[in-house]
Amino acid sequence: MTSTSTSPSTHPHGRTGSSEPLLSVRDLRVTFQRQGQEPFEAVQGVSFDVHPGQTVGLVGESGCGKSVTSLAIMGLLPARGNRVSGTVSYDGTDLLTLSDQQMRDKRGKDIAMVFQDPLSSLNPVIPIGLQVTEVLERHRGMSRKAATPVARDLLDRVGIPDPDRRLTDYPHQLSGGMRQRALIAIALACQPRLLIADEPTTALDVTIQAQILALLKELVQDTGTALVMITHDLGVVAGLCDEVNVLYGGRIVERGERHELFAQPRHPYTHGLLASIPRLDAPRGQRLTPIPGSVADNLPWTHACAFAPRCSQPIEVCTRVMPELVPHEGRPLRCHNPVEESR
Amino acid sequence: MTPSPMDPRPSAKKNRIDSLAATAGGGTATAVKDVHVSAAGKVGDTGGVSLIASAWARLRRNPVFLLGAAITLVFVVLALVAPWIAPHDASKRIPELLDDLRPGAIPGPRDGFPLGSDEFGRDLLSRLLVGARQTLIVGVFATIFGLTGGLVLGTLAGALGGWVDSVVMRVVDVMLSIPSLLLAVSIAALAPRPSQWTVIIAIATVQVPIFARLLRGSMLAQRSSDHVLAARALGVKPQAIIFRHMLPNSLGPVIVQSTLVLATSIIDAAGLSFLGLGNSDDRQPEWGQMLGEAQRLIQDYPHLAFYPAICIIIVALGFTLMGESLREALDPKSRR
Repeated sequence: MTSTSTSPSTHPHGRTGSSEPLLSVRDLRVTFQRQGQEPFEAVQGVSFDVHPGQTVGLVGESGCGKSVTSLAIMGLLPARGNRVSGTVSYDGTDLLTLSDQQMRDKRGKDIAMVFQDPLSSLNPVIPIGLQVTEVLERHRGMSRKAATPVARDLLDRVGIPDPDRRLTDYPHQLSGGMRQRALIAIALACQPRLLIADEPTTALDVTIQAQILALLKELVQDTGTALVMITHDLGVVAGLCDEVNVLYGGRIVERGERHELFAQPRHPYTHGLLASIPRLDAPRGQRLTPIPGSVADNLPWTHACAFAPRCSQPIEVCTRVMPELVPHEGRPLRCHNPVEESR
Repeated sequence: MTPSPMDPRPSAKKNRIDSLAATAGGGTATAVKDVHVSAAGKVGDTGGVSLIASAWARLRRNPVFLLGAAITLVFVVLALVAPWIAPHDASKRIPELLDDLRPGAIPGPRDGFPLGSDEFGRDLLSRLLVGARQTLIVGVFATIFGLTGGLVLGTLAGALGGWVDSVVMRVVDVMLSIPSLLLAVSIAALAPRPSQWTVIIAIATVQVPIFARLLRGSMLAQRSSDHVLAARALGVKPQAIIFRHMLPNSLGPVIVQSTLVLATSIIDAAGLSFLGLGNSDDRQPEWGQMLGEAQRLIQDYPHLAFYPAICIIIVALGFTLMGESLREALDPKSRR
């Protein structure tokens, strides 16, 4: 919400479908297997494309599988107890078939990631500067001495004041916003073509959130980096993403270009998410309309719509037949009874 | 007078180690900050209150820590300067005392010999002072060797996981299930000729599983931490993740444990010497050894046993007080 109100005039360049996708995720499934327990499928066949320079949002509430999706793309899920299937093709290579060694060479160099909590994502015992040079040494084969001025420039680039001094500072000496800037600098150190941001602003206060989002937007536009934005915050999506995928219960329920999606949410879940956001133009004293229930109420996707128990307008078929992700008025939607009225 | 009571329940020992390891876990990198700040040594000028600074502020006002530190300081200083301040040569029989030494009569305190003679006519005070040095050597080296062994095993287990972890930890469990002094006695008894070094090795071996388990526990917590995940997301190589990201962040509880181990290894060394498994050459006095020799005469001359015993107790108390208050200061959960 912050981002919408602070930067309503800037628009990211939508370049949807203009070229070969940089990242193409097809039928990604992640199953958690625990001994003596039923396997749990956290991601149930997610497919989406990210084109070079494009910003794609993965939106959903806690437990919808968005973070697991990102970890699966990065190959960061522990091998034990997790089964990942489908294809994640990056620039023509299927990342899921790569060896650990090959994947390590790609991570940080071709694909980088920014995590949610900037303090715990930085190593507390190493100065910031060394954490930046570490990536440069690793992927660009630079010496620490050669990498230090580069690291300094990177910190400067992400808007950290007095970068020379900050190089020798430890993470706990930086403010939350500075830490997240440092993490972004580390992620972008090797100029990856794809950046995955997993709730990069959740741990920050609202004013800093807006700054970080503006910074991400600027960097992504300047460098032509594709960005996958994982968030539960529709305000973030509205300010940043070209295309939005709404996830529910491990599946994509609706996909659309950001303006279309916000103007005309078709899925009752998307509609509910938007309706539960406080609006500046709403009459004073008006109550928010939350989505009732929680993810725990989900029905299994196999023979129903998982969202049906919480839906505002379920029909009889919703609890019997799984809706498919099919184009509805030009954009993919997984719903038997779409919302028709316009907001 | 037998040192350290044997732990009747080894599982209690394990739980204690694990709970200590947990203080280094995940987000509570408090203990850890101590390591890097002291290593960097140039943090204070940036104005922020680092965690070591706040820990130090607490320690400075903690009378328990001050007492422990004072005892330790006095002990270390005395041990270092012992040969120069000892009034007499600790290994020589003093003619003045020998004159009065006869079977059944050991000279007591007199001018120039404040504590009197030992059973062979040597100055007891000088022997206690020089003995401090031997005791310090044993304590420090046993701790260093135990720490080194524990670091190697704990890093292997915590970093590699899988079957390496299982094998190492089962060996560690077996060692922990044997009461520590009994294990030390067994190892010391294996040596063909008892010496100071067999004592050091025996005690170090006993400490290895404690350090290993402690380190492995905090390494495991680090392995699932966010910053290790972030490092993996950057493609950092496994060795670098282990030695640059996991190990330095896991050392906090191990460092605290080291100060406590200094105390127990001094007690254990005294115990081994007392049992005759230490250095048998009494020209190099050591408190435990003095205690062992004094036991034959304890009926008639209890002071010969009393002085080394009280030295051992006070020094062990000093290290323990210091270690415990250090642990409290660095443990965010026990902050008041």
